[in-house]
Formats: sequence, structure tokens, C-alpha cells
Amino acid sequence: MEYIQQLINGISLGSIYALIALGYTMVYGIVKLINFAHGDVFMVGAFVGFYSITVLKLPFFPALILAMTVCALFGMMIERIAYKPLRNATRIAALITAIGVSLFIEYGMIYVRGAQPEAYPGTVLPKETIELFGLSVSSQSLFILGISVLLMILLQFIVHRTKIGKAMRAVSHDAEAAKLMGINVDNTISATFAIGSALAGAAGVIFGVYYIKIEPLMGIIPGLKAFVAAVLGGIGIIPGAMVGGLVLGVIESLVSAMGFSLWRDGVAFIVLILILIFRPSGLFGKNMREKV
Amino acid sequence: MAKQKNRLGFWLSIGSALAGFVLFQILISGGILNPFYVNAIYTIAINIILAVSLHLIIGITGQFSIGHAGFLAVGAYASAIFSMNLQLPFGLALLAGGLAAAVAGLIIGIPTLRLRGDYLAIATLGFGEIVRIMLLNMDYVGGASGMQVSNLTTWPWIFGCLLLTIIVIRNFTNSTHGRACISIREDETAADAMGINTTYYKVVAFVIGSFFAGIAGGLFAHNFYIIQPSNFGFLKSFDILIFVVLGGLGSMSGAVIAAILLTIVSTFLQDYPETRMIIYSLVLIVMMLYRPQGVMGTKEITSFFKKQKPAQGGQTDEKHNTPA
Repeated sequence: MEYIQQLINGISLGSIYALIALGYTMVYGIVKLINFAHGDVFMVGAFVGFYSITVLKLPFFPALILAMTVCALFGMMIERIAYKPLRNATRIAALITAIGVSLFIEYGMIYVRGAQPEAYPGTVLPKETIELFGLSVSSQSLFILGISVLLMILLQFIVHRTKIGKAMRAVSHDAEAAKLMGINVDNTISATFAIGSALAGAAGVIFGVYYIKIEPLMGIIPGLKAFVAAVLGGIGIIPGAMVGGLVLGVIESLVSAMGFSLWRDGVAFIVLILILIFRPSGLFGKNMREKV
Repeated sequence: MAKQKNRLGFWLSIGSALAGFVLFQILISGGILNPFYVNAIYTIAINIILAVSLHLIIGITGQFSIGHAGFLAVGAYASAIFSMNLQLPFGLALLAGGLAAAVAGLIIGIPTLRLRGDYLAIATLGFGEIVRIMLLNMDYVGGASGMQVSNLTTWPWIFGCLLLTIIVIRNFTNSTHGRACISIREDETAADAMGINTTYYKVVAFVIGSFFAGIAGGLFAHNFYIIQPSNFGFLKSFDILIFVVLGGLGSMSGAVIAAILLTIVSTFLQDYPETRMIIYSLVLIVMMLYRPQGVMGTKEITSFFKKQKPAQGGQTDEKHNTPA
């Protein structure tokens, strides 16, 4: 029973990782850049959600949408200012810039509002315990799971059924050819950053509600773990990021359940190194070669 | 003729280094510098060792590793264990720290150096974090509260290690092995096609780099009274990375100059850590946007004094190509 309980916790945590990982995977698929700043967009989302709930007195869903909008604009801004001029530069130059942007957002946030953590109001979502076949599941983790699944379905719809989604798939497949076919590559990349960042913002708000404590450096570890999740599923593949996130969340919870909770953060990186050594293209790398 | 000139240059630089050593030794033991400045000088020298050792991995061999703090941590803890728990003399403890870091470099290097570009970066970052978490969970080294170390680092030890690091890495760069490493940096596929055993050279450079990071770790540990896993997070790795990137990817003197300047800047900004990080990050971004090859490019400082640049390793071309 204990293990099944942990499994449910793991799926809730994993769905947060999956939401962040989707942004990584989309951006990597289209510009081949590890967007280190993605974890910090997640942090900004958590803070926007926090301030809109406490200062603007918004209910949960409007706060979520506001955080997603702000993060989408923020992500587009990062791309235009820092990454666009480097589109033809070496990969290492782009990666160093991404590290720089990440540090700038983290310490800029600390400079603006200080490093002290903030406690999320716990009353925005009903907090009840539901008894189900002898298991107790909190209504919050069901909510989280529901929102994540909804957002993922929405993303699948955008990527596969809309014009911008088609453009994104085309650019990720071959940017030059897409340009020749009349696709505006710059706008498509901006849209990718916007969608990915909006998902990260949503993950930030959900994370805040679930784990209560938020702080300016909170994005680093979930960001890195989400990247691990993206690699685990096969970077550039949307279903891969979802599965990778869920698998990573479950692995972490099981490690905690076995009594190694202090090793939880290390496990993600051990998984990463093992995956890179034995199956560098990820779990979904070969048979479902579908990129965004 | 050229050889004689080179030899003259070598003895000239050794001589001026010794003069600098004696000057600082007199300043330190004469009590002219207060402890704050003495400590700043020690930190500068340790940072130079770190910058030069990472320069061998990133600047010369082109392997983008961002887990250098992991090797620093391995060296620091290993040498602390040898000097505190096993009561070995300081010199042996330093060597043990370096060797432990070199073994860690070998273990990590063989599997991960098959990866390229950003995958290698992420894997080494993960390695650094794994080291930190392992130290956090080991009761033998004190876990999160850290390990007590006696203050043994002195200026002659630091200077000796610094000189050794620079001479070894300089000579390595100019040897056959170093040229092989540079060819890997310029184009790994072409180097492989020319019959260079790329894996071998990448691992050799990685192991040498981590050895000297371990030595720096030993000096770092014995410069304070306590070491904690939180000293070796990836912000430390980024600090070292910034020295190499800012100085110029491929220029050893660039790495040294950047280490000196940035350590001075951060010593004076000690009371405002967030300002320091904002300055660092802006410098990184602006640098990559306008001068991605760093301040010095692949040039060494000596090439400014020469009318005609001799074709030497690491300074053959003004245009610097980093591998994709």
C-alpha cells in the first residue's frame, strides 16, 4: 500500500516535471539549444501566480492563466534578446549565453525582491483527502494531474491540428526548406518559446500550490530534472517528454519510499548518465521519430 | 636561433615568476599585507590553477565540461581525509587529492566523453551534482555540516602548485599530445579521419585537467578551517567556466588574466553577492553576443610581444572554431 501511495505522489510530481520538460523538448527540437533559462521561467511563473493570488486576489484559474501569459511573453523576450542574435553561432556560445540568462534571471529576481522564500496560500484549491480503495489521495494531487493532462492534450492539439503547429514541425524538420516554403521561421520559433514558457509558468503555479514554498532559486533543480526527463524520453519528442517526466517522478518517489530520500536529487542525474551511455536517443528515440 | 630564443624566454619567465614569488613572500611574511589581502592572493592563485586546468579541457580539447567543481570537491575531501584522518604530511595529502580527482576524471571521462557538445555539458553537470550529494550523505566526511581541516596552505605551497600547473599544461599543449587535442577541438571528425585516437586524447586531457583541479581542491580545503558540500555546487563550476570563457576559449594567459581580474572583482563585491552574479551573467551574455571567442581569442599574451608569430599550438589562427 505504501508503495502505491508513493506511486500516486510520484505521478503528481512527474506531471510537473513533464510540463517543464515539454518546453525543453520543443525548444531543443526547433533550435537545438538547451534553454537553461527554462527552469527560471518556471520560477517566474510561480511568483506571478503567487502575487496574482495574494496581491490581486485572483482565484486559482485566472491566476494560472495570467502566469502562463506573462511567462509566454517573457520566454519570447528572452529568445528575441539573447538567443536570436546567436542563431548561427557555435553551439557552445549559445549554451554559455543560456547559462548567463539563467543566472541573470535568478539573481535579478533576488536583487528585486530578496532571497527570502514565500509561502503559497494553501486555500486556493480545495484540500480534501479522498479515500479510494483503502488509499488516501489528496484532491490537490488529482487537480494537478487533471490540469497537467489537460494542458498536454491542448499541446498535442496545437502541434498536430493547427497551422502554427504544422509550421513548428516543419521548421524542426528542416528550417531552410521551411523558409523556402514560405514559413516565417522567426515567428515560428517565437511561438515555440511562448508555448513552452507558458507550460513552464503553469507548472510553476501548480508547484507552488502543491509544495507551498517558493523562492528565487527554486527553478534550478526542477529545471535540470525536467531536462533529464526530456532526455529520458528522447529529446525533441513531445510524448517522450511526458513519459520521461512521469517515469522520473515515479522513480524519485520510489527511491524516497525505499528510505533513500536524501539521494533523491542524485538519482535523476544517475538516470541521466545511464541513459546517455546506453540509449542516447532516449526511450522513444528510434521507433517514434516525431519531432516538434 | 629560434630554439635559443625560446629557451631564453623560458628562463626569463621562470626568473620573473621567482621574483614575483620572493616579492609576495616578503610582503606576506613581513606583515605588510593584512590577512584580507593575503587571503585574496591565495584565492587568486587557487582560481588560476582551476582556470588553467579547465582551460586544458575546454579551451584546448574543446570538451565542454561544466562539472569542474566536482573534481575540486573530490580533491578537497580526499586531501582533507589524508591529512586529517590519516595524518599524512601536507605534500602527500595534496598529491593524494590530485590523484583521487584524476581517478574520478578517468571514471567519468571514459563513458561520458563519447557524448558531444551540450550532452557532455549536461552529463558533467550531473556528475558534479552527484559528487555533492554523495558528500552530503557520507557521515565519514561530516555530511552537510562539513569536515574540519587544519590550516596548512602556505604561499610556497600555493606558488609551487601554480607554477607546476602552468608549466605542465603549457608543455602538454605544445607537445604532440597537445596538438592532437587541438586538432580534436578544431574538428573531431577530421582528426579521427587523420588517424588520431580521439577518445584517448580526450580522456588524457580530461584526466590531467581533473588532476590539477584536485590539487587546487587540496589547497582550497587547507586554506579554510572547514569544508562543506555546499562550497562545491554548480555555481562554483560556473565561476570557473566564466574565467575560461571570458579570458578566451583556447588562451591560457587569457584564463589566467580573467581569473585574476574576476577574483579581485568578486573579493570587493563579497558583501553584495547578487550584484556580483548579475555582473557575471551580463558579462557572459554580452561577451557571447559580441565577442564569442573571449577577450584573448586563442592568442597568448606572449604573442603581443613578437613581431612574427611562430606557428605554435594554441595560437595558430586568429579565428577560433569551437566544435559544434
